[in-house]
Amino acid sequence: MGAFADFFVRLRREKPLAVVLGSVLLLLIGVALFADVLAPFGPNEVFLMDRLQGSSARYPLGTDQLGRDFASRLIYGARLTLGVGLAATAVNVLVALVVGGVSGFIGGRLDLTVQRLVDAWMSIPGLLILLTVMSVVGRGVLQIIVVLGVLGGIGGSRVVRGAVIAAKEQVYFEAARAVGSSRWRTLLHHLLPNIAPVLIVIYSINIGAVVISEASLSFLGFGLPTTVPSWGGMLSREGREYMEIAPRLAVWPGLCLTVVVYCLNMVGDAVRDLLDPRLRGGSGRLGAYGAQAVSKATLPARPARK
Amino acid sequence: MRAYAVRRLLMVIPTLFLVTVLVFLLVRFLPGDVIDVMQMQMERSWSRLGHEGIDRAAMERRLGLDVPVYVQYGRWVGGIVLRGTLGEPLMGGDTVEQSIAQRLPVTVQLGLMAIVIGLVIAVPVGIYSAIRQDTAADYVGRSLAILGLATPNFWLATMVILFPAIWWRWSPPLVLVSFADDPLGSLAGFAVPSLILGTYLSAATMRMTRTMMLEVLRQDYIRTAWAKGLLERSVILRHAVKNTLIPVVSLVALQVPILVGGSVIIENIFNLPGLGRLLVNALTIRDYPIVSGVNLVFAAVVVAVNLVTDLSYALIDPRVRYR
Repeated sequence: MGAFADFFVRLRREKPLAVVLGSVLLLLIGVALFADVLAPFGPNEVFLMDRLQGSSARYPLGTDQLGRDFASRLIYGARLTLGVGLAATAVNVLVALVVGGVSGFIGGRLDLTVQRLVDAWMSIPGLLILLTVMSVVGRGVLQIIVVLGVLGGIGGSRVVRGAVIAAKEQVYFEAARAVGSSRWRTLLHHLLPNIAPVLIVIYSINIGAVVISEASLSFLGFGLPTTVPSWGGMLSREGREYMEIAPRLAVWPGLCLTVVVYCLNMVGDAVRDLLDPRLRGGSGRLGAYGAQAVSKATLPARPARK
Repeated sequence: MRAYAVRRLLMVIPTLFLVTVLVFLLVRFLPGDVIDVMQMQMERSWSRLGHEGIDRAAMERRLGLDVPVYVQYGRWVGGIVLRGTLGEPLMGGDTVEQSIAQRLPVTVQLGLMAIVIGLVIAVPVGIYSAIRQDTAADYVGRSLAILGLATPNFWLATMVILFPAIWWRWSPPLVLVSFADDPLGSLAGFAVPSLILGTYLSAATMRMTRTMMLEVLRQDYIRTAWAKGLLERSVILRHAVKNTLIPVVSLVALQVPILVGGSVIIENIFNLPGLGRLLVNALTIRDYPIVSGVNLVFAAVVVAVNLVTDLSYALIDPRVRYR
């Protein structure tokens, strides 16, 4: 628990913006969880008499071409988008852990073979693989979670493999083997806790991309079925067909997606910066030298501030 | 250099081989049978005509699906290597390679224009952001980049079509002419789609340019350049930028898979007759030879771009080839 509390203290101190955006995300997760309570209507409740109406007290964001309450569909869309995103990314990390972990831990010829396969796999553009597989397995919530999770995880396995190989070089690992710790025990009690930060980093930086992938697939008509209110799907169907009469049908789902992915990316970056200093993007202390030198056209006399 | 180039070239062979295996299996080892789907589709349309169902065995024979998977794979790869053909589409018409060859120029032009636009936006903004680190301009540049990464390109494209249409009754020109016939007209036709794709690509490039530039600005030789009293202009342009651009160009190579995904979406929104449209149409009617063919072409492009990047890196940076 100590490590967690410590992490949140650092997050609050070093990344205040991420805390704010993280709160927005928590709020959206709350909306997703309590969609049944918050949404005035069901996502597929049709009022044919009220087709394509503007905002009103009854329909805060108006209705779509079938007379479904648009606000309610957006609220249920949050559940779908975040649910699929969180679940698929979890599968993603699990697959990365198994593929990368086994490849890195066992090493040798197996590692060589697996890595060549991963090379080949990563040569095929991700969206093509996703589209092809989704067209075969058919649309559906479970399908998209498994497909996004498994296919994305193979790319992530590289990072896990690297972390496992690095951990194998550590003294604690050798010590565990020396005192007769079994292979499984070493894996679960010594290796796993030490690569856990890497897994958390993969999770937090992949989730934004997973959400965009789901939306893109649904947009192209290969993601979630039409009965399911997904933001990507709403943009492809009602959104585009009726957008000239009712622009909000196209504006809102995209806006929601952008906000969610923006928050996910920013929080993911912050988590990565705190947990994995090697991947820290950017500035660095000495970077300020250049900027200060540019503004004053001289080298600063005192060391640059952080 | 030669030894490195040969080694790197030889590495392409196993990768390409595994790519063909993956591309082939992708559509064959998954649950759901092509014939089931075709049968379902055909029966649905034929029942209205009072037609009977299709003969499964005859269908399998005709499509070459009656032999074990490895024989099918052998025939497919044999066709590519020996006869340079990607096969016949299930639904008839031109051969797969003819369909691809017809649509390839559209996708290539879209991709190249998007890359150029992406670089033209990203490099100056990234450099400016870095030399004015932690100023308002830097924050604006970085926020735009992060926002760019978060905005789905299909939404951006939809907005670009929607609002000008509502406000000014203007929609992007969708008449495509080939570059050889009318270069300017062709560029104009592709302008809006490639601008959207380019903006999307520029977000990541901008961040990379800024990071690399900041790193270069910390180097001793830059400090020396300042110390000997050079002007800002010459420190930045003559000393820093050159060393920043090498990793940035290699990032562009890494972005090719993202570019491919983006072009599939953009081609579908703007109705551009490129490979992305061909793929989505083929997936909708489940014409797997076309799907495998397009996937293979795109994967081969990625392998080739990676190869060229690695080789040019070795040419520029001697540390790579002596590793």
